[in-house]
Amino acid sequence: MAEEERRLSLNIQQEHIISKYVGTGNTDMSKHDWLVNQHRDTYASYIGNPSMLYFISIVENEPIAKLKYNFLQKMVQPCGPPPSHKQF
Amino acid sequence: MNINKDKDNKQKETKLFRKKTNPQEFLEEMAQVNIGENSAEDPFFETKRRTIKDRENDYQTKGREIRNKDLLLQEQTDPFLNINKNSGNSNSNALSYREIMMMRENEIQEPLILEKIRQKKIDEKKTQISAQPQNTSQNEQPRNSVNSVVNENAVRKRRRWDVANPEVEPKKIENEENTNGKPQIRKSKWDIGPQKEKDENQEKISGTRIRKTKWDSGPSIEEEKSIEKQNSWDSDEENRKKTSRWDKTPLVMNNGGVTPVGTSGMTTPVYGTPQATPDLIRQYRYEKEMDERNKELTDDDLDELLPRDGYKILTPPPTYQPIRTPLRKLQGTPSLNSDQTPLYEIPDSGNYLGEDLPPTPPHLPSFKPEDYEFFGKILEQKDGEELTTEEARDRLIMELLLKIKNGAPPVRRRALRLITEQAREFGPDALFNQILPLLMSSSLEDQERHLLVKVIDRILYKLDDLVRPYVHKILVVIEPLLIDEDYYARIEGREIISNLSKAAGFSTMISTMRPDIDHINEYVRNTTARAFAVVASALGINSLLPFLKAVCRSKKSWQAKHTGIKIVQQIAILMGCAVLPHLKSLVNIVFRGLSDSQQKVRTITALAISALAEASAPYGIESFDPVLKPLWLGIREQRGKGLAAYLKSIGYIIPLMEPEHAAYYTKEVMPILIREFQTTDDEMKKIVLKVVKQCVGTEGVTALYVKEEINPAFFNFFWIRRMALDRRNRKQLIETTTEIASKVGSSEVIRRVVFHLKDENEPFRKMVMEVIYKILIDLGATDVDIRLEEQLVDGCLTAFQEQMSDDGRIIVQGFSEVLKILGTRSKPYLPTINGTISWKLTNKSPKVRQQGADLIANIAEVQKQCDEQKSLRHFGGLLYEHLGEEYPEVLGSILKGLKSILVSLGMEEMNPSVSDLLPRLTPILRNRHEKVQENCINLVGRIADLGSTHVSSREWMRVCFELLEMLKAHKKSIRKATVNTFGYISKAIGPHDVLLALLNNLKVQDRQNRVCTTIAIAIVSETCGPFTTIPALMNEYRIPQLNVQNGVLKALSFMFEYIGEMSKDYIYVVTPLLEDALSDRDLVHRQLACNAVKNLALGSFGLGCEDALIHLLNYVWPNIFETSPHVINAVYEAIEALRVALGSVRIMYYVLQGLFHPARKVRAPFWRVYKMLYFYDQEALLAGYPRIIDDVWLDSRLLSGVECNAIVQSKRNLDPNLEGKNPTNQNQIQNQIQNQNQNQFENENQFENENVFDKVVRNNYLRNELEYFI
Repeated sequence: MAEEERRLSLNIQQEHIISKYVGTGNTDMSKHDWLVNQHRDTYASYIGNPSMLYFISIVENEPIAKLKYNFLQKMVQPCGPPPSHKQF
Repeated sequence: MNINKDKDNKQKETKLFRKKTNPQEFLEEMAQVNIGENSAEDPFFETKRRTIKDRENDYQTKGREIRNKDLLLQEQTDPFLNINKNSGNSNSNALSYREIMMMRENEIQEPLILEKIRQKKIDEKKTQISAQPQNTSQNEQPRNSVNSVVNENAVRKRRRWDVANPEVEPKKIENEENTNGKPQIRKSKWDIGPQKEKDENQEKISGTRIRKTKWDSGPSIEEEKSIEKQNSWDSDEENRKKTSRWDKTPLVMNNGGVTPVGTSGMTTPVYGTPQATPDLIRQYRYEKEMDERNKELTDDDLDELLPRDGYKILTPPPTYQPIRTPLRKLQGTPSLNSDQTPLYEIPDSGNYLGEDLPPTPPHLPSFKPEDYEFFGKILEQKDGEELTTEEARDRLIMELLLKIKNGAPPVRRRALRLITEQAREFGPDALFNQILPLLMSSSLEDQERHLLVKVIDRILYKLDDLVRPYVHKILVVIEPLLIDEDYYARIEGREIISNLSKAAGFSTMISTMRPDIDHINEYVRNTTARAFAVVASALGINSLLPFLKAVCRSKKSWQAKHTGIKIVQQIAILMGCAVLPHLKSLVNIVFRGLSDSQQKVRTITALAISALAEASAPYGIESFDPVLKPLWLGIREQRGKGLAAYLKSIGYIIPLMEPEHAAYYTKEVMPILIREFQTTDDEMKKIVLKVVKQCVGTEGVTALYVKEEINPAFFNFFWIRRMALDRRNRKQLIETTTEIASKVGSSEVIRRVVFHLKDENEPFRKMVMEVIYKILIDLGATDVDIRLEEQLVDGCLTAFQEQMSDDGRIIVQGFSEVLKILGTRSKPYLPTINGTISWKLTNKSPKVRQQGADLIANIAEVQKQCDEQKSLRHFGGLLYEHLGEEYPEVLGSILKGLKSILVSLGMEEMNPSVSDLLPRLTPILRNRHEKVQENCINLVGRIADLGSTHVSSREWMRVCFELLEMLKAHKKSIRKATVNTFGYISKAIGPHDVLLALLNNLKVQDRQNRVCTTIAIAIVSETCGPFTTIPALMNEYRIPQLNVQNGVLKALSFMFEYIGEMSKDYIYVVTPLLEDALSDRDLVHRQLACNAVKNLALGSFGLGCEDALIHLLNYVWPNIFETSPHVINAVYEAIEALRVALGSVRIMYYVLQGLFHPARKVRAPFWRVYKMLYFYDQEALLAGYPRIIDDVWLDSRLLSGVECNAIVQSKRNLDPNLEGKNPTNQNQIQNQIQNQNQNQFENENQFENENVFDKVVRNNYLRNELEYFI
């Protein structure tokens, strides 16, 4: 037990800082949550990088503002509602 | 114990006695110490744990006491709650804003009225006394009015002890009732003892609070104030000593030992149990520990202590009688509390002090005695069923708080999380009713307060608007933090208040804090002003402006105005240049205070304006227009503190002005300033100096003006000995003088102070030297003429010769700086100076010798410039002779001197020739003193760098081995110097010999030595090229000896760290070696190899060695399951370095394999790496996320095809989010359904053993890999 504690405490500061942020995840995370984070990160990155937005707007033939809006909307539930396993 | 049988009984007895008791004089001394002030004599005073209360000053303690009373108030109503919901469930007892304001008004009025009443009564009494002479019938008056009390008080002094005196001591009245035969009526509120006050307070909700006057402070034990701080009632007692011995109050816990031991019958028994004050508890703890240590040894103990054989247990001599009478025992061993032991009562529950503490339950952290006051409840054993829900909840909160307060970090963290998560379920009442009193307790320590404040911070977030009724109470507790001496406490307090104001909202904050603005107590107003400033910074100055405007124009009381202006000041201090947008309105709000009739308001206004000007510098002068006139007119009328504040604000405003205005206004203020030059007040002096500095520093003030108007008076009044005494004054004076010098030129100022260098007073000389030093560094000596130059050097020389005190650095520094700046101009003076140095070097006193050596070290360069090589050589010889110096400080200086002579003269001309010098230095390297080590290594390194050929390589080898020891020095500069020197030496004599010796050294047992050797090897390979060492190292690795192999790995690791980018040339060479090391069975081996991989990867990143690094990663990766802390750390570091070199995506593909493994032990390390990747390189991961097929399908593989089809269909129909939102997913699903159907037909619906997810990931990995690299 003591050994365990010491091992943890070596990195406890770093762990703590890292786990403060959304998206870093943890051991008990479901696959769905993990994927939701990925999708949100992706959309956030698209919105945050103007050159990426130009590119997509040319490809999709949509105005940039609309693309931004669409991405923001998609960030709500990018992978659909969380699965309920009782169903199966 | 005693084995001496031959001696007769008598002798034995005396011996025994002597052994048992300590010498009398020691006992007496102990008693003296105990009786006297215990804290002053305590040798462990420094190491004691200090509570916050201990370090508070008087102001803070008194303020805290006042604030403590506020805590007893009911909570306040939440007006928003009443609007929104029905007020039915809200606390109907809560105080409204109106009631609070009335209460405050009462508080202000009460003392005034009381004073009036008192005056009136005294007047009446005088007439009464003269009318009716001593008449006991007076006492028969019904005592239910203020009148009678005052009457009695007035006549008290005339009474003898035989006259009943009931109101003097309410405690004793019960006893005396019989003798007096007079019933005790307590109706008047003036009669109520303080112990009733609490109840009263709780009963009376909106009524006036009972303030303690001197009329009702009876000598009760339940005094709120701590007893050991002998205050009011003690002095009462003192006064009454003459009156009657029945009046004597029982002495509780009096350490003075006034009450004689064993005569407890004579004094009244102690009433109730004492409060647990921190001092008392500490004393008690000490006492208990002493008892524990000094307790008598039982037979069992002795059996354990002493060996069985050779000892014999003797029967005590027949004449021996052990002391059985407790009284004598008590007298024999005086101790802290011995005089009160007979008076001690069994403590009540909840107030534990003694040994009979119930045991702490196993799941709770340890209790400290202080904790029983608050947490005693937990210890009462109760069954779960007996408790009501509320009680159970309270107990839970209490347990959590105790865990947070006393628990070990993991326990504490868990408790903190729990209390935060359940904050809303617990409700604000239950939480704050326990946390707040705890925070105000006097036995709290810094760390504990920090933790509890943290609790409040966390639950504030959770409770949000539920917190409203408690805003005032929280403020009462948190505000003292704002004036705490500890910086972090202040920051913490600010953070809490700003969170609180965000949670409770602006209007709640205003209505809660408004009543405190004109509180009669200055402490409360001060803290409230600071809290308001924090609210302003949290919610924006803008929203606070109307309120501030109203407060600062208050006509009702000057206190409100004062506080309002103080808020503005604090806002400026807190927010700095953020006040600029609101500067105009803020100035407009406060400026009327300058013409206020109250002195204090004027002063604080001036201070607020100076804070605003300081915060807004260098902008915003136009906002200050309205204050200019009153300020400049005001300085002619003000005196003392007010004037100081006005001058301060002028000093801050002038630098903001346009040059011509600044000149004009400076001229206006200057006469006053010059008048104040003569002030004796230190505070005023500081401000005047500061203002002068600010005025002189502005562009508009001309040099001529400064020279003619300011300088004569300035140097006359400020450059006096007295100024050198106070550190802050001295600093300010030096700053101001330097500022003047940069305006009028260095020679002007130096001329005025230079003769002070010959002053008798040493601190003054130092101050003069410091200012000359600063001016010369800033401005140089070009305008110093020959006459002044002579004076200057002459003065410096005198100061240098006269210097006596320990810390003479500034003199030596200043002198050498003068000579350096004069450069070749100092040649004429050098002979004299050299004479002085020679004299100093041969002086008896070590300090003087050190000064001489220091000066040489500093001016060797100047000597060379002036062609004084001859004297340098002379000094070289002189210093060389002094290398046998025994004082390490002096020796260090001598070595430093030698080094600078060596640098100035060069290797060839050096007087003790280098070949003579170095052998003398080798033994000095063994000196353990840091200054000696550092200077010696620097000297050796210099020789190795420039003149290595002068010394034989055998000598260098010897030096090398001395240096090895130094690689583990504590001081970094020493280690650095050693590393450099090592490099020079190995360069000088070639790597082969050194390396051979070093590699042999790897075989020694001493670990420290081996570590230093590996560092040395790495240094050698850095300076001589890695190709010289790597073959030897790899060859050495073949020796099947663990230490050697580890040493080689460590050396490689250091080497790659040092050579950086060069590593890429050697990466393919060392890969097989690392492969072998990474697949070794030994843990440490793998750890060291991981370190080497880390440095290798960081060195060669971006240089096209990815293939080798991936190869190494494959060897490193399996080690993530290691558990030993050092190994796992090294592994993670290696992975991180490889992430840098290979890119995050590559590492992520390794991670994906185990991210969702069914076993948590497997998942955990993978997630840790994933988090690391995400944290450092989140955006880069986007490109590499795998394509993942919807789980619906994956899960459906487990079902029969028809069912699955239905589910997928229904999911499509039911789930609107899926529809059209994620086209890829939808398409995939459709494809999969088709596949599925096909599969069904082909009857291949076999369910695979493999983890489906892994398979998908692997497929995707390959696909992505392709996409990624195309």
